[in-house]
Amino acid sequence: MAAESARGSRFLRSRRSRSLAIQAGFSLLLLLLLWYVVDRASQLELGFDFLNGPAGFAISHTWLVEFDSSDSRIAAYLVAVTNTLRLILVGIVLATVIGVLAGVARLSDNWLISRIATVYVEIVRNTPLLVQIVFWYTAIFLKLPRIEDERSLFGIAYLSNRSLALPWPEPRGDFFLLWVIAVAIALVPAYLVRRRRARREAETGQTTRPNLYAVAVFAGVALVAYLALGLPVEIDTPTLVRQEFTQSYVGGLSITPEFAAMLFALVAYTGSFIAEIVRGSIQALPRGQGEAAMAIGLTGYQRITLVILPQALRSMIPSLTNEYLNLTKNSSLAAAIAYADLFQISEIIINKAGHAVVMFMVVIATYQLMSFAISAVMSYINRRVQLVGS
Amino acid sequence: MTQSRWLKFAVVAVAAFGLIFIACSDDDDNGGGGGSGILQTVLDRGELNCGVKETQPGFGFLSPDGTRSGNDIEFCRAVAAAVLGNANSVVFVPASAQDRFELLAAGEIDVLIRTTTWTASRDADLKGDFVTTTFYDGQGMMVRSDSGISTLEDLAGATICVTSGTTTEGNLDDQFTARNIAYTPLSFENDPEIQAAFIEGRCDGWTADKSNLAGQRAQFPDSAGGSAALTILGETLSKEPLGPVTPDGDSEWNDVVQWIVFGMIQADEFGITSENVGSHVANPANRNVARLLGVGFDGNAAEDFGLGIPVDFMQKVLQQVGNFDEVYQRTLTPIGLAREGSLNASWLNGGAIFAPPMR
Repeated sequence: MAAESARGSRFLRSRRSRSLAIQAGFSLLLLLLLWYVVDRASQLELGFDFLNGPAGFAISHTWLVEFDSSDSRIAAYLVAVTNTLRLILVGIVLATVIGVLAGVARLSDNWLISRIATVYVEIVRNTPLLVQIVFWYTAIFLKLPRIEDERSLFGIAYLSNRSLALPWPEPRGDFFLLWVIAVAIALVPAYLVRRRRARREAETGQTTRPNLYAVAVFAGVALVAYLALGLPVEIDTPTLVRQEFTQSYVGGLSITPEFAAMLFALVAYTGSFIAEIVRGSIQALPRGQGEAAMAIGLTGYQRITLVILPQALRSMIPSLTNEYLNLTKNSSLAAAIAYADLFQISEIIINKAGHAVVMFMVVIATYQLMSFAISAVMSYINRRVQLVGS
Repeated sequence: MTQSRWLKFAVVAVAAFGLIFIACSDDDDNGGGGGSGILQTVLDRGELNCGVKETQPGFGFLSPDGTRSGNDIEFCRAVAAAVLGNANSVVFVPASAQDRFELLAAGEIDVLIRTTTWTASRDADLKGDFVTTTFYDGQGMMVRSDSGISTLEDLAGATICVTSGTTTEGNLDDQFTARNIAYTPLSFENDPEIQAAFIEGRCDGWTADKSNLAGQRAQFPDSAGGSAALTILGETLSKEPLGPVTPDGDSEWNDVVQWIVFGMIQADEFGITSENVGSHVANPANRNVARLLGVGFDGNAAEDFGLGIPVDFMQKVLQQVGNFDEVYQRTLTPIGLAREGSLNASWLNGGAIFAPPMR
């Protein structure tokens, strides 16, 4: 009897059995949760067929891709994806430029410049992004002149709060694609030339200008192909179409206030975080680096671009990747100001066609894909800039 | 030793699984039956979670001082008065155009009263059960009065501001494509941004349900010209019957909400208002009035329709909220939506507001 109870309490007290019980309970909960989710999901229609149906709505912003409301929902989604890509690609480049400038400026010996950079970083970093987006839109870009009293530049570019309409290259004739391929192929000789000259420079110590030659080769091949294929690109100039009661722009590149507000807000916001990353990475360098650069007589600009930034870049990249991913995800706030990004269009599709679960899976997968692509590029760059052998 | 421990563990695990399984299947059996639906949940909670809009004067509006007003708000209060006996036992949950059906399906709200158009796909696909129409609306187009635009055809080449996530985008495209009018839509999530864009001349037209447009027009800022600066075109782009929505699969709860609305319509027909409901209760004119108010007549006891709520629910609704017309006059007439001569008049006056017999 006594032995029996002792065995029982040992069973309860034993660490192993306790941890087993906890694990079993946890697995049980997990299983139940899974069962519940699967059970719920099995009641849903999980096909993608609805994406083939006609969209039935028009899209305010199109870029590179034409769209009509009788096109399929998948076409509408692709337009939305290009809109998002346009925003994040331009945004990442500009945010990096602004961020690096502001980060370096914060460390400037010039009192005014460093103060301006500090004020920018502190104000922008500490304001919610959505507030900034609506601010840029309603307080800045909507205040541009109305289309009735728009500003025109020599009749080839227009500015109003409908859009900044600019001339833009457009494909002409049937050989445009061929030309794009030729341009892509031109990268190969350019790369080879650059490599050869760089090697010679490393061996002999003479300046061989590898980058300049590479660009020249690339441009030369592209130009020859352009002429040979009968000028496959033309400049599309926007025109102002006046109807009895309305005016609109046709043709050219259209930069709408919605896109501009999203871009400015994202760039300013992400740039302020990048500025801090840049500043931190520079300050983490040993002081001797800057002093040594000064000692060998480099100018301030050379000091930054040849000595400081290349070294700071190593510790910057992982944090930069984070900021790029944040920018990508933050672009989904576009619906607040009517920019037709992939989230806004997805919501319209959901509202018209239902199938919220499937559509959200598509949206999530798309954002994942974009993020993975950015991460992959960044980790490639990261590998390239790390010290060899360290 | 180890083996016996495993054995014990296995027994416990199997038992636990079995118990949970039994509990679950037990639950399923009860589902849909009496006592476990949304009605019971609301009664247990003592509060009604009502999904509403906060930005539309006349329907669902949250004013800066924190008070809510509008037709939809009044119907939320009516349901709370009928079910819980107190029109103030409502928790108003802000529902956006996009998340409203998710809120409903997830049980975050018991009823959605948010200018929601009754359509086939929403009824079937988005898993909502619609209650009778409380307001017959239609999509309209608003333009600046000084633009000279008087028909949809005048909007060729125009940019049109749209409230995103509604049936409006589809209707707009259907109408403009059918008439072969080129246009650019601009879909906004919320009204304040549309208003800003419209004031600045970003778009030539503003399309939404006429009720919404009337409300927006009524509160158009004076600095931008006030309501006189805007004109709602006569053309109607769609029919938009608006009404409360309950979650799919609980017809008992749907019946409750349904007959509260019908009761308010019926009370309007009988001329029973929040002011004279007391005398009607004390002295019902006929059997039908007595049925509506849940009082006895001619020595017979009060009749119960079997809705699962107190028989005198309409007394509470009428005392605390009022009949259909009172609610309409209080909320929609002030924003310029006259009831007389519209579809929203009683069927006795040539409108479409009608209640089946309450008996």
